[in-house]
Amino acid sequence: MTMQTPELATYNFAYLDEQTKRMIRRAILKAIAIPGYQVPFASREMPMPYGWGTGGVQVTASIIGPQDILKVIDQGSDDTTNAVSIRKFFEKTAKVRTTTHTADATIIQTRHRIPEEALKANQTLVYQVPIPEPLRFLEPRETETRKMHALEEYGLMHVKLYEDIATHGHIATTYAYPVKVEGRYVMDPSPTPKFDNPKMHLSPALQLFGAGREKRIYAIPPFTNVVSLDFEDHPFEVQKFHQPCAICAAEDVYLDEVILDDKGNRMFVCSDTDHCEERQAQGFRGVQAGGVAQ
Amino acid sequence: MNANPSLNGAHPYNDPGSDEPLLQVRSLSKLYGSRIGCTNVEFDLWPGEVLAIVGESGSGKTTLLNCISTRLVPTAGGVRYRMRDGRMRELFGLEEAERRFLMRTDWGFVHQNPADGLRMSVSAGANVGERLMAVGERNYGQIRKTAGDWLSRVEIEMDRIDDQPRAFSGGMRQRLQIARNLVTSPRLVFMDEPTGGLDVSVQARLLDLLRGLVTDLGLAAIIVTHDLAVARLLSHRMIVMKDGKVIETGLTDRVLDDPQAPYTQLLVSSILQV
Repeated sequence: MTMQTPELATYNFAYLDEQTKRMIRRAILKAIAIPGYQVPFASREMPMPYGWGTGGVQVTASIIGPQDILKVIDQGSDDTTNAVSIRKFFEKTAKVRTTTHTADATIIQTRHRIPEEALKANQTLVYQVPIPEPLRFLEPRETETRKMHALEEYGLMHVKLYEDIATHGHIATTYAYPVKVEGRYVMDPSPTPKFDNPKMHLSPALQLFGAGREKRIYAIPPFTNVVSLDFEDHPFEVQKFHQPCAICAAEDVYLDEVILDDKGNRMFVCSDTDHCEERQAQGFRGVQAGGVAQ
Repeated sequence: MNANPSLNGAHPYNDPGSDEPLLQVRSLSKLYGSRIGCTNVEFDLWPGEVLAIVGESGSGKTTLLNCISTRLVPTAGGVRYRMRDGRMRELFGLEEAERRFLMRTDWGFVHQNPADGLRMSVSAGANVGERLMAVGERNYGQIRKTAGDWLSRVEIEMDRIDDQPRAFSGGMRQRLQIARNLVTSPRLVFMDEPTGGLDVSVQARLLDLLRGLVTDLGLAAIIVTHDLAVARLLSHRMIVMKDGKVIETGLTDRVLDDPQAPYTQLLVSSILQV
């Protein structure tokens, strides 16, 4: 205890040791080479519980460099526990700069949203994935699902969509909506709302997916075809909102419902806090912020 | 995978009058260690023919069925099958992808326990539609219509289409399993004790239904059963097995009315007469 001085290095750069980072980078390269394919990797224990983004953190730790600027979002928000903790983690272990502005970031680690602002070619989006296998809830055997991916037997995925329509009259899957990547592998885009699915298609940014507990990494390289599965007579549709954001009046963005009191009052606000703040700075005002209802 | 050779059209090699066998089994043996599952089985199956494999428990019927349907790999011997393009192919020389494609399009497998052949947690309609979606059907309305047609063919009411098989009786589950298998118009159906575990009146209705479907569709079928009445009603020809060996084959009526082998005589004479 007495020996601890500030000069002593406490962590390797970005926490993981170099061998581990090499191993993860190899898995990432393979994943980029085979878009949508789940590459197994030797996931490490991280100083956070499974389900808090251990996969995403390992991917970020393996690709981050001293020049990078990191943004972390949790359900679109920069200031919730998970986002703040992971941002602090990398501030401490890699001493990298962090930001909340989408446009400034080179690496964006995300838990279940894609930022509203269009991503650019020099950016990498890292997803935290709880269950990478899109067929899991229909076929519990891993040996069987791997065979189904290998032989491109994806009829089962449509059984799930069929069930949705039979039960609800429309495709009721709203998040983790299955996509086909580059015409080959069916992939679970992690529990992002299906609102974000079209943003994955032909995105100029590199998209990496890390599942720590399930020990899988997969990727969508820039400008890759990503098609949401559907039926001819029940085509894929994103969620629609009937009112603009209550704070910044934005339309065509993903909104969160916020309960205001116990009298049934509620408002809909941007899930992407950075996008909302930027619009407010530009002078946009929603009804809650003193704007005029449209 | 979307190669979908006219699933609903007529098959040139499904013609019951064809003089070429659909399936050829040659010196097929399956050993479990030193114990015999079945040994040196040979037979041909012609298009549209229903063959019953009978024998007591442990005589190797199910082992034989599983070997022919590639669910088990035999120790020796082979099985050749005439594909839809008319070529004879050795089943164990097929790629796994080809074999699995065959199993979900050109073949059906009706299990004794319907829970083994159904997805118990998805609706009846999806159970029937799964094979269609697996071969590339992507129109919901069309899938649902076909599924509804098949449910009515196996006498399941249309208003049960969105119920899960869990909510079905044993007889309904078995009929649903049959519909699920026949929806892609297979040419060959394997059945392992299809009426096992059903009460007698339900059995009779199921047999009636099966007989109608097999005749209407010109299906070839291999039925494993220990129930000679099932064999009598459904099959054209039968194979009698004991201790893993075939001890008698012949036309069903001939074998049942004039059994030659002592064991077959015993089997036939042990049917309860009510």
